[in-house]
Amino acid sequence: MNKIRLAMLLFVASEAVFFILLMIAYVVYHVTSPSAADASRYLDIPRTAVFSVVLFSSSFTMWRTGVKFRTGSPRLALAWLAATIALGASFLVGEGTEYVSLIRKDVTVGRDLFGTTFFTLTGFHGLHVFIGLIMLAALFGIGLKRGTAIASGKLAGALEGITIYWHFVDSVWIFIFTIVYLWALR
Amino acid sequence: MNGGINASKKAGSILDVPEYKGLLSWLSSVDHKQIGIMYFVTSLIFFLVGVSEAMVMRTQLIKPDNHWLSPETYNQVFSMHGTTMVFLVVMPVLTGFMVYFIPLMIGARDVAFPRVNALSYWLYLMGGLLLYFSFFTGNTLHAGWSAYAPLTETNYSMNLYMTGTGVDYWIMGLLLAGAGSIMSAINILVTVAFLRPPDMKLSRTPLFVWMSAANAVLMLLAVPALNAALVMLFIDRHLHGFFFNPVAGGKPLLWENYFWFFGHPEVYILILPGWGIISEVIPAFSRKPIFGYAFMAVSTVAITFLSFGVWAHHMFATGMDWTVYYVFALSSMLIAVPTGVKIFNWIATMWGGAIRFDTAMLFSAAFIMQFTIGGLSGVAFAVVPIDWALTQTYFVVAHFHYTLLGGTIFTVMAGFYYWYPKITGRMLSEKLGKIQFWLMVTGFNGTFFLLFFAGLDGMPRRVFTYPNLPHLAVINLISSLSAYVLALGILVFFANLAVSLKKGEPAGDNPWGGWTLEWATSSPPPPHNFDHIPPVRSIRPLWDLQQAGGQPGVLAASDPQEGGGE
Ligand code: HEM
Ligand SMILES: [Cu+2]
Repeated sequence: MNKIRLAMLLFVASEAVFFILLMIAYVVYHVTSPSAADASRYLDIPRTAVFSVVLFSSSFTMWRTGVKFRTGSPRLALAWLAATIALGASFLVGEGTEYVSLIRKDVTVGRDLFGTTFFTLTGFHGLHVFIGLIMLAALFGIGLKRGTAIASGKLAGALEGITIYWHFVDSVWIFIFTIVYLWALR
Repeated sequence: MNGGINASKKAGSILDVPEYKGLLSWLSSVDHKQIGIMYFVTSLIFFLVGVSEAMVMRTQLIKPDNHWLSPETYNQVFSMHGTTMVFLVVMPVLTGFMVYFIPLMIGARDVAFPRVNALSYWLYLMGGLLLYFSFFTGNTLHAGWSAYAPLTETNYSMNLYMTGTGVDYWIMGLLLAGAGSIMSAINILVTVAFLRPPDMKLSRTPLFVWMSAANAVLMLLAVPALNAALVMLFIDRHLHGFFFNPVAGGKPLLWENYFWFFGHPEVYILILPGWGIISEVIPAFSRKPIFGYAFMAVSTVAITFLSFGVWAHHMFATGMDWTVYYVFALSSMLIAVPTGVKIFNWIATMWGGAIRFDTAMLFSAAFIMQFTIGGLSGVAFAVVPIDWALTQTYFVVAHFHYTLLGGTIFTVMAGFYYWYPKITGRMLSEKLGKIQFWLMVTGFNGTFFLLFFAGLDGMPRRVFTYPNLPHLAVINLISSLSAYVLALGILVFFANLAVSLKKGEPAGDNPWGGWTLEWATSSPPPPHNFDHIPPVRSIRPLWDLQQAGGQPGVLAASDPQEGGGE
């Protein structure tokens, strides 16, 4: 355990409370509001399932990144890291295009409770993915310069911290995908 | 003046530390001691603002049917008073004590992440300024510090101020300050986990550090709940969402649940470090180790977790299932037990001790009595029918001022009298201290004790005036006059802080004969804190040294009783 690792675990615990409350709001209105039917009517579940797999596989590539940095193959590590960034970015593209198509169908935050809760929950998750991408890009820059030094000393904390954050963002999506998309299956 | 400076050089004064000279050294500081002082100064300025708002309210309430303030203005004044006191005064002043003293008490050079520490402070300051900027836009938060929906929703705009931007500034200000609190919490926990010297086992860590760590856990897990509620409200207001807006099925009660899921742990956030201060002051002035150290530490952890399971007692009046009533009534009574036992521990520590009634100890003793009244009146609300009768009356106002003002603010005063010598190298004047103490005790109890009865008489809180019913006029008159006495006491405190900085008696390293590590270094501590750290073999390392023939721990030659301005 190092300082950054503990700090990131605590931060993630704090963020978890934030997301749990957004999810509870979604669930409450999915049960009580007639607009919940919008979920089944407008969401493209198979398409999002594909993008979910994309996001989940970025957790795998992130894991490989760490392993390769630690075992002393910085080239491979950077390749896995680039893959992680690409996967994360594609997920965001998927989410962005989904938003566009929903808004075209006039599904917006201000339309009804489905819109309000759906965009808030997925939007904040998307924001976290975006912040994660910035951190991954920074990590990539450091990795280019420092190579395997990234897995030792002070930088080890950065690698570990960002990894924890990224896995957290991915695991939040498991829950969001379940309550928003799987629950909308008919 | 010159003579004073020379004398103080010899004795050590914060004004003479070369590293702390010049504004830039403060603005760019990442030193936990400077940042602690910045928290103190900023929160004390906001304290003056909050007290002024309180005086405005008490002046409005001095007589029945008073129309000095309009209802709209009054709403904004109590909303800003509550928000200011909670988020801009008590939380940050306690954070100041935590970031200043935790590293010193555990023998560390600084907090774990000094730059994050600075960022937390600046976020707090920006949040506070943003909140107060709303005054310039013509209106502020009007819906109480708990900002109940749908009063905060834009379409419920019966009045001009409801369409204004006051609520938005409130949201943004609290989000910034809240982000700062979460970062502080992480910083404190990592500091306590990693920076203790190897021989300071958890079982030898001072109670102030224990209680601060528990406090950090609460901030870490409670503040994000408020943040979630705030962003949802913001989305309602600006993207026309419906989270808390009944026009399209949104539930105002969801806000209440979220707010109090944060709000009840928050009331412990507002007291835990205060308990920590008392747990250091009482042993030092009773010349005895704290009674029941292990129980104090463990029960604090218990309270930390229990406090997440009692929030609905703030909402008994909204109507719920009886099972829910029973669960929350019981959990609310349960959480009072460890708190009550703590009171006995403090008393047992004093029992048979060689008590010295310096100002710090006076405030601690008054705290125990006042906090007991506050606590007992609080448990009363756990009894559902009592809650139904008394909620939203002045009984509530009296209750939480007994815990927050008679409680926390009194611990903060004890903390300043105890540690000001360590921070500045100068003693606070005991003469002014005693004047301040008696003004504050009489003023405080005079202001709030009778308000319990105003509440029992049914006087509602958050209303700008009241009719001339039996008792109410005289109770409120006494309350308002006492409030001026209380405010005078607070002004004496500020005068003491200012005067003693230059004219106070030199403090020496350990004026009170304290036993924890912060007293093992000079006053003020050098920027690097310690030249060397004494071994830690118990919760009282300096006592052990003294027993072994070392010097620290001996009372200062100058009797602080005689200290003070000229
Ligand atoms: C300096 C002396 C103080 C006086 C005379 C005072 C007076 C008052 C009064 C009269 C009210 C009730 C307004 C109403 O319901 O109509 C009030 C509300 C409140 N006060 Fe104080 N107060 C003082 C200090 C404090 C302190 C130190 C704190 C917190 C640490 C505090 C926290 C609050 C809160 C949270 C409210 C509720 C605001 C709301 O209803 O939204 N007060 N105060
Ligand atoms: Cu509560």
